[in-house]
Amino acid sequence: MSTSSVSPPAAGRRTAWAEGLDELRAAATTEPGRLRVIGAVLALLVVLFGAVTAWQVAGRAAAADDVVEHSQPLTADAASLYRSLADADTTAAAGFLAGGEESRATRDRYAADIRTAAALLVKASANSAGSDGAGAQIAKLNGGLPRYTGLVETARANNRQGLPLGGAYLRYAHEQMRTELLPAARALYDAETDRLAGDYATAEARPWWALAAGVVALGALGWAQRRHYRRTNRVFNRGLLAATAASLVVLGWLVAGHTVARAELTGSYEHGARSLRVLNEARIAALRARGDENLTLVARGAVLTDGRQDFYEAGFRAGMTELAGAGDHGAAAARSRLGAALELADDEAGRRPVRAALTQVRQWQGRHAQARAADEGGDYEGALAKVIGAEGSTGESFDRVAAGLERALVHEQTEFRSAADGGRAALRGLPVGAGVLAGLGALGAVLGIGRRLAEYR
Amino acid sequence: MGMRARGLLNLRAVLAPVAAGMCVMATAAAVLVPALGGAAGEAGRGRGGAAAPAVTHRAYGPGAAPAVAKCTARNAAESLRPSPEDGPAVSRIKEKGQLVVGVDQNTYRWGYRDPVTGELAGFDIDLARAVAEDILGPHPKVVFKAVPTSQRIPALQKRTVDLVVRTMTINCARKEQVAFSTAYFQGGQQVLAPKASKIAAFDDSLRGKRVCTAAGSTGESELSARPHGAKVLTVPNQLDCLVRLQLGEADAVVTDNALAAAQAAQDPAVELKGRPFTDEPYGVAMNRGDTDLVRRVNKVLDDYRGDGGTDSRWMRAYRKWLQADLPGISGPPSPEYSD
Repeated sequence: MSTSSVSPPAAGRRTAWAEGLDELRAAATTEPGRLRVIGAVLALLVVLFGAVTAWQVAGRAAAADDVVEHSQPLTADAASLYRSLADADTTAAAGFLAGGEESRATRDRYAADIRTAAALLVKASANSAGSDGAGAQIAKLNGGLPRYTGLVETARANNRQGLPLGGAYLRYAHEQMRTELLPAARALYDAETDRLAGDYATAEARPWWALAAGVVALGALGWAQRRHYRRTNRVFNRGLLAATAASLVVLGWLVAGHTVARAELTGSYEHGARSLRVLNEARIAALRARGDENLTLVARGAVLTDGRQDFYEAGFRAGMTELAGAGDHGAAAARSRLGAALELADDEAGRRPVRAALTQVRQWQGRHAQARAADEGGDYEGALAKVIGAEGSTGESFDRVAAGLERALVHEQTEFRSAADGGRAALRGLPVGAGVLAGLGALGAVLGIGRRLAEYR
Repeated sequence: MGMRARGLLNLRAVLAPVAAGMCVMATAAAVLVPALGGAAGEAGRGRGGAAAPAVTHRAYGPGAAPAVAKCTARNAAESLRPSPEDGPAVSRIKEKGQLVVGVDQNTYRWGYRDPVTGELAGFDIDLARAVAEDILGPHPKVVFKAVPTSQRIPALQKRTVDLVVRTMTINCARKEQVAFSTAYFQGGQQVLAPKASKIAAFDDSLRGKRVCTAAGSTGESELSARPHGAKVLTVPNQLDCLVRLQLGEADAVVTDNALAAAQAAQDPAVELKGRPFTDEPYGVAMNRGDTDLVRRVNKVLDDYRGDGGTDSRWMRAYRKWLQADLPGISGPPSPEYSD
């Protein structure tokens, strides 16, 4: 006996469990008793099926909601934060190069970038409760941002007085940005991306428990109906039939709904989130190249790499290689960011802005080569005009590259949103529907068995 | 090392190129013998004229390529006697119609870009213009190229620049690779610290202090030889040290007094402490083959120094660019010649 191993019964005294089991066994010796037990078990299985389905689907629907409402926007915000910081750094260098003639547009752009970054930091810290990794990065960014802006202002003040010290300050500010702020923003972005991937995984996980419960409930219903047919020679019991139909509908709905949701979400990931990620990386690479291009003129050969090359010129080349591959003409290399973005874009509307950005990158490279040639030939003013001038400059090319990438980002964001919304819609109503149908099914099972029981009275 | 040992070493050094020349000769065809003989003979005269084409020497008479004593710290600043003659290098510059000069853009008062005019200005820049005026006449075309410290010698060797005027110290190691004019400024490593600081000089007052210096600089090697208990912080460029000093990340800076003065000129709260503790004469650097240009630059420097009076061009440039932060200099270092 199973209970003996759990708690050896004292002589003359029986546990409540054993007594209950005995009662059940006694009841099961008669057909009405058996029917009662069967009815109870069937109702329980159907209700269990409904409950597990509602629970598992609700979890997946919540995760799908999180993808759309929470983790994807936060990922986009983290990318914007990174972009704002990098853009502020690039703009500060451009304004510095313009010296006393720094344009109002440049100043405004720098101020707007810093404002955006500060606002996004506040938003990120409000949403990062409970995730320590993100919290630590946000703290680092909150501490580093005022320090950075202080260094930039000192650089400006010295520069306006004509002191080369200004350039040293700007390089130090850039160094802070490059080694402290941007890595922290990057880590925040990665943390948010991980959270997004986690939400995707949760939403797309197959509801195995619900499926198993459905199969068990249907199996039990089938068995009960076969038994009914054998004992009474009647083919149908309406109650049991209704319970079976309700369970089948729930199972079908579950399988179809989740399959569709999964497909839509996978689509939103493949065509939306992944494209968005690659495009964000491309924008970051472009910003890095632009920042280093400006710094080349600020540093004027003051910092070299171990290989005795200009540190910032090497940085520019690295950024460009990441963006479009090692060459300086023709199509983007397949493994570069723009190459990957082209491959991920699933329609012409997505490819067009990326192609436009690539064209501008090539022009940028050509203009950059001219600027370098001018600088190396001793024509610093010419190089400066070629880099920060209003027309025909690398700055113009950079802005066009950024605009092309922005258009591509907007397009992919729309793609993402519509696919993800489709996924959410596929799960909508399923938890409630499963609950109601399972309740009806359980009722049907009880009524069906009750009808048989009535024959014994 | 005894006198005899040193003498032997010198003899070996002088004979080595001859021996090498002989070896090559032995394996070469007979047609080549006269040319090789000439080269070996020239190499035998000393390292000073080895790279120069023989034809340039005729213009200067028999003393043009003298026997050069082995370079030591004491005679490193010696250069060739001045001459106004046009040799191949000077003619080349005249034909191009422009003088290409490697300069610094980041050293205040020496070579820096005035953000108001966008033009380069400073003591080194004035000197470079004086050389250009002497060779090319009034309103010469001068192309200034920013040359990073480490690229000064390669730029001269590849002839991407004709001259380097960039607070460049004359020393024996560099003289193996490039030629120098006579010294136009007597520099030396010095300590820079806030005026209120207790740091007095390059001595034990640095104990426990954070001292900043540029990576790979003379200051760094001096500090590793005699740290005086200081904690050394290295940065890519000497000017970065002033940033660290102002931000309170360093207590003192060790660099050339010229560069330290350039830093002091940008921050009234700091000053040079003590005396220079190394001997670093600055010279104009040129390709080793351009001996005529070396002599021409030395002539310009002679004119620049004038009669040593207070109204020489050198003194005027000193007063304009340097006196405020490097006070107490009464005149330029006197030229030393090896021939």
